[in-house]
Amino acid sequence: MSFAVRLNATVRGLRDAQAIVFIHGYGCGQEVWRHVAPEFEADHQVVLIDLPGTDGADGSAYDPARHSSLLGYRDDLISLMDELDLRSAVLVGHSVSAMIVALVQIERPDLVDRLVLAAPSPRYIDDAPYVGGFSTADIDDLLALMNRNHLGWQEPLAEMVAGAGSPQIKGELVELFCRMRPTVAAQFAELTFRGDNRADLVEITTPTLVLQCRDDVVAPLTVGRYVADAVAGSELRIIETRGHCPQLSAPGETTSAIRDFLARPPHRVAGR
Amino acid sequence: MTVDGRPPPGGAGEELLDLAPCGYVVMDTGGRILSSNREFERMVGYGGTEPASGDRSLASLLPAGARIFLETRLWPMLELEGAVREIALDLVRTDGSRIPVLFNAVVGPDRDGAPTTIRAVFMETTERHRYEQDLLAATTAAEAARVEANRLSEILQQTFVPPPPPAIPDLRVAATYRPAGDGTVVGGDFYDFFRVDPTHWMIALGDVRGKGVEAAAVTSFVRHTVRALAIEDPDPARVLAMVNRALLEHDTDRYCTLVLASLQRGSRGWDIQLSLAGHAPALVRAAGGEVSELGVPGTALGVREDPTFHTVRRRLGTETVTLYTDGVTDAREGGEFFGEQRLRTLIGSSRHDPASITDGIASTVLRYQGGDASDDIAVVTFQGAEDH
Repeated sequence: MSFAVRLNATVRGLRDAQAIVFIHGYGCGQEVWRHVAPEFEADHQVVLIDLPGTDGADGSAYDPARHSSLLGYRDDLISLMDELDLRSAVLVGHSVSAMIVALVQIERPDLVDRLVLAAPSPRYIDDAPYVGGFSTADIDDLLALMNRNHLGWQEPLAEMVAGAGSPQIKGELVELFCRMRPTVAAQFAELTFRGDNRADLVEITTPTLVLQCRDDVVAPLTVGRYVADAVAGSELRIIETRGHCPQLSAPGETTSAIRDFLARPPHRVAGR
Repeated sequence: MTVDGRPPPGGAGEELLDLAPCGYVVMDTGGRILSSNREFERMVGYGGTEPASGDRSLASLLPAGARIFLETRLWPMLELEGAVREIALDLVRTDGSRIPVLFNAVVGPDRDGAPTTIRAVFMETTERHRYEQDLLAATTAAEAARVEANRLSEILQQTFVPPPPPAIPDLRVAATYRPAGDGTVVGGDFYDFFRVDPTHWMIALGDVRGKGVEAAAVTSFVRHTVRALAIEDPDPARVLAMVNRALLEHDTDRYCTLVLASLQRGSRGWDIQLSLAGHAPALVRAAGGEVSELGVPGTALGVREDPTFHTVRRRLGTETVTLYTDGVTDAREGGEFFGEQRLRTLIGSSRHDPASITDGIASTVLRYQGGDASDDIAVVTFQGAEDH
């Protein structure tokens, strides 16, 4: 099976133009880009994917061993870009995918022209003097809460009652967003919220935009500043919005921030 | 809302919501609480006398871990679908304790029709939450038990998987055993090879009805009974008659089919004696490829007090003899059985040696079922060595 099928890739916009690949973060799928991605179709080849384990991706795409590390997601993305023959693309990664696109750039600089890190956090758990915003117990709490809220996934109990693959259950799952298989959601949450990618940031070698929400409890301003300081030659842009998903809460501002960044000359003077 | 123009009995507007037995809040799309009712303030710990702080957000009333859940999952769902329902959350009260609630929210139009407000209700679920915790613990325990049972079954399965056949001088032997399904269920098929004296060997192949641990126990009983009896009197029909009695006395309602062959090495090759107990005849392939049956039908073991078994005798030349369980012929693709005719054709067109025949049957039958064996398969083929 091709990676395009596995990752439910959507390709739109101007063929042969520079590609811009949007990668959703933890919790949802490619639908989070629906207000922003279309704005780039006139002058870019726009690629959207669903990460393995999300409802949109093919069920076979997720492998608990391969995806026990962000490197598995990184390799999926590299394989997809090779398959679609995308070179020198703009990679826009939200939340945990900001780290995934950074890893892609570090591994395969030829694939990436520029990076946009939206609401990034290289580490969520405090590690004095670094402040990520959360404690280990907070993340335990999060996982327990996820266990109480399967958000539309009804296996295994409902399947045991209604019979596996019953059309009634399948029907209810159609056209719902932000669904993940509970076991995958738990593993991906572990990976995302207990991970530490601080050391990777300094390895980035391409022009990078850090998009930071003004008031984000998940990835606060201090974390955004930390990322911008760690990535050489990066630019920090603060979006005047609340929450962790600027592409949903402030799509216009998010779009123009990316547009401004892409309009700038490719090589910025080193040293800020 | 009224039907006759009089004020409704429960009050109207703000009063209606204020007295409602559920927490009710109106937020902006950033989650900042614009107004709340009395029950909500009771839930989060304000008695309704102290004023709640003016600038509160829903996130500020949640434990830190839940804020991640709110921001990464619930707000995007609200944005994309316009509603979330039946979300289990804990609210943090002013005294730091937690109160479990169910949370429903919709994005609603404000007075100008713009989707800028979120209306949410909170229902306290302290009692239900305990029940939910019990259920969760029970589900986790059940899953752990299932995993442990599968693990034990796999160990048992491996214990019962027949070992490779021993090296028998002047006899070429190939045997295979494939468990049904994913190998987590212990099956009832078996084969066994054992020596009665230096020139005399017994080969048994059988199928205990059913699967699971009980079938495995009966399989073990039959195998060892056959071994013990055959040492005393190797005539297959007489062995089967005694196994039948032993199995009838055994505290089980499982029955068993069996083919038992006695192979005596003489100066001019092997003499075979063979008897069937409810089992398909052996299939004999001549060097030229013709396939014929060997054996006279007999009664399955553990069924009747008055069974009939017949021993047939034959001098073995260069032909091969194949014993198999009904997992081979009963293999299905859609509704169609693999059947005896396909098996005969397969053996007839095979290379004339035990390994080719045995492996050919196993792989063909597995492929026929699309790789998903619904029943165990056991196959044994033997042939006198050519060089005597």
